[in-house]
Amino acid sequence: MKLQKKQIVSSNSIGKQLLDFLDDRTGYRGALHELLFERVPGGARWRYVWGSTLVFAFVVQVITGVVLWSSYSAGAQSAWESVHWIQHEMSGGWLVRGIHHVMAQAMVILLALHLMQIVIDGAYRAPREVNFWLGLVLMMLVLGMALTGYLLPWDQRGYWSTRVATNLAGLLPLIGPSVQQVVIGGSDYGHLTLTRFFALHAGILPGTLVAMLVLHLTLFRKHGLCAKQPIRKPDAMFWPDQVFCDAVACLGVLAVVLGVILLPALRAMLEGRPIDPGELGAELGAPADPSQPYAAARPEWYFLFLFQFLKVFEGWGASGEFLGAILIPGLTMGVMFLMPIIGRWNLGHRFNILFTSSLLIGIGLLTAMAYNEDYVALWTDSSSFSDVKDLLEKTGNDPKKIAEAFDSDVQKIAAFNKRSHRYESFLRSEAFLAAVAQASVDGDRAIELAGRPERIPPSGALDLIRQDPLTQGPRLFEQHCASCHSHVDPASAQAKTKMSKSSAANLYGFGSVAWMQGLLDPAAVDGPAYFGNTSHNNGDMVNFVKNDLADTSAWSSEDIRAVIVAMAAEANVYDTGIPESDISLIERGRALISDENRCGSCHDFGINEVNPNMAPDLIGWGSREWLIGIITNPAHEKFYGTQNDRMPSFGVTTDGAIPRLSLSQIELVVDWIRGQWYRSRSSNPSAHHASEK
Amino acid sequence: MRSTPDKATDFEKTSKPALGPEHRRSFVIKAIALACGAIATLSPFAAGVWTYLDPLRRQSKASTFIRVVSLGSIPDDGIPRLFPIVSDRLDAWTGFPSEPIGAVYLSREKGSPQVKALSAICPHAGCFVDISAPSDCFRCPCHNSSFTLSGAMIQPSPSPREMDALDCQIDESGQVLVKWENFYTGIATKVPRA
Repeated sequence: MKLQKKQIVSSNSIGKQLLDFLDDRTGYRGALHELLFERVPGGARWRYVWGSTLVFAFVVQVITGVVLWSSYSAGAQSAWESVHWIQHEMSGGWLVRGIHHVMAQAMVILLALHLMQIVIDGAYRAPREVNFWLGLVLMMLVLGMALTGYLLPWDQRGYWSTRVATNLAGLLPLIGPSVQQVVIGGSDYGHLTLTRFFALHAGILPGTLVAMLVLHLTLFRKHGLCAKQPIRKPDAMFWPDQVFCDAVACLGVLAVVLGVILLPALRAMLEGRPIDPGELGAELGAPADPSQPYAAARPEWYFLFLFQFLKVFEGWGASGEFLGAILIPGLTMGVMFLMPIIGRWNLGHRFNILFTSSLLIGIGLLTAMAYNEDYVALWTDSSSFSDVKDLLEKTGNDPKKIAEAFDSDVQKIAAFNKRSHRYESFLRSEAFLAAVAQASVDGDRAIELAGRPERIPPSGALDLIRQDPLTQGPRLFEQHCASCHSHVDPASAQAKTKMSKSSAANLYGFGSVAWMQGLLDPAAVDGPAYFGNTSHNNGDMVNFVKNDLADTSAWSSEDIRAVIVAMAAEANVYDTGIPESDISLIERGRALISDENRCGSCHDFGINEVNPNMAPDLIGWGSREWLIGIITNPAHEKFYGTQNDRMPSFGVTTDGAIPRLSLSQIELVVDWIRGQWYRSRSSNPSAHHASEK
Repeated sequence: MRSTPDKATDFEKTSKPALGPEHRRSFVIKAIALACGAIATLSPFAAGVWTYLDPLRRQSKASTFIRVVSLGSIPDDGIPRLFPIVSDRLDAWTGFPSEPIGAVYLSREKGSPQVKALSAICPHAGCFVDISAPSDCFRCPCHNSSFTLSGAMIQPSPSPREMDALDCQIDESGQVLVKWENFYTGIATKVPRA
């Protein structure tokens, strides 16, 4: 027993000796004492915590930032890809990225609180002027890091927002274009934009920030805490009273940040939905594509006020943009830098408080306006504008006709114009919401493709998108096919109007049982979904369906069903719609198709002999090769031959010119029409490939 | 063995010899010290700045006419349609053989062989201009700049100029060629980027 006690004492004394040695050589005890035993005049208060929470937030950003850095790769073919890896593959990557993303936003709020507290307490006054200026520089550095960080994932959102931001920087007098060129690393956005933004975000800006922060804290200690007057309580020491307040506040900030990240998970849990952690934290949109419009482009919420401010100067021309983006923000910062000097006058301090609060209120209002403009369609009923819509359509938006409609009653016209203006805002908001929804679909698709077992090709994730039938098919169809063909679910509300405008068949569900059923339906074959708006609307096929097929003695309903099923089996699209019970009909259908007294009298099915220009071949009808062939050259004898209506040859030209569509583009459209695109297991568990049946 | 703080202070007090008298040559020493220090720190700094500003000395290649589409693909209904500009592209160290580098709106009046080409980049702040169907006009989704289908401004608009028209040619085989250029945004005049 005695021996044990002695051992403890001696080990204690060894520890003390070590610490004494360390203190002798470094003087750490004095430094620690200096650090912790700062006098807080009037005692610890919660209002002093903001500076400490900002330092805490910055430390969190450094920690999470370095971790992100260790997996991030700045480059046009690797930035999105590495962020996708962090967010969806690395364990906990979503959490670190989420903290980095949300804490950046928390920092902006904390900055506003810190600034407001400093201004209200008059802490910028002598002798603390220089420290106030350092604070403003720190604020700009933080905002600069927020701006540069937004681009780094190289997704559509960051890309298009940064284009706007750097274009605005180009408006700076004299040096603007050069600044822009240096920042983006040339005249176009690419590798160098990323490497430079990354160097700014993770090197130049935080390096400067650390230097400024050291000065800021040194001066803060030199001048001591600027106490809120009047002092009512006795002084206290920084440790432990103020440290307690600060630590609790920092924990609170972290709790809020984690709350924001985890809230969707909690909601999913309560609703009993499974949730993929990759969906939590920061979003990752589709990879940046300079050739693909992005109508959902918006800056981060804390820059929305600047974005909205530019709209204020409608009709001002170039001077408006200079005022909104450069001059007024510049002057505002100028006034803030002058605050310590303005504050020397009697009314100066009040002016400063008024200025800062109006600035924050103005920022709040502009932000609210921006949100309202974008989301107004969410809480507005579109039917409330039905009269405006009708009148605009009827008059073709011609002011004269509108005036006539109101018998030139000035008041009524003015009231109408006001409402039509609101209607336009509503439409804009609707378009924005649609763009946001589309962006989310595109983003999810990019992530789904990047998760394929083959992973991302060396050419980058953008190539996955560019070679994805599901993404590119509709775009190519819209550009090259939609001026004649429709592609709309016949059961949908817009089907009728869309089909009536088209001059060729509706290709929705092409090759499926449902599509074939319509073609062989006497009531539908000469309708707008099939041959109704083409030169074949009174041709042999239409007559055959309307007369021969309607004759039940020649064609039993089971015969027709067999042909439909056999044709769908020939096409073998993704969703054939052939029920299990009908598979036995396929052989019978094939026999009917090749029967020279039935389909085979016009259509070639490989076994029968027909005049090549009579009608399209049905061997492999609707298959990938068949569709590629007909789009390449519909006037080929295998397809419509001399009877081709107006369909252009997309893949061949007679005069040696380059064709309208490349083979790979045709393949994308064909694969999209046939529903052949990559599906992950989770994307659509109910749908499965016809050939698997 | 143990050195207390007191002892250390004593040591400092006792062991510091008096400073020597200031010599006349101390001015020269100061000057040389400053010069050496400045040269040592500033030259790598200057080299860094020089390299950092490399983009300013780099000229992008002159804009050329790029084949976009065949004339027949542009319906002659006066409605502009969006076509990708496909060209070889150099992004710093990576060369991309024929890939979409931007997009252009092409339109053709009824029966006319003339094609009008408008850059899809908004002259206000560089967003991608969309065609908005209900009111039949161009609209920028960012700050609501609106333009007629021929590219003229619809006032009030935050844009300082109309949409940027691009030079357009049609070759003997009926291919539409567009001179692909980027312009500075936010100013009243159309100035191509170097």
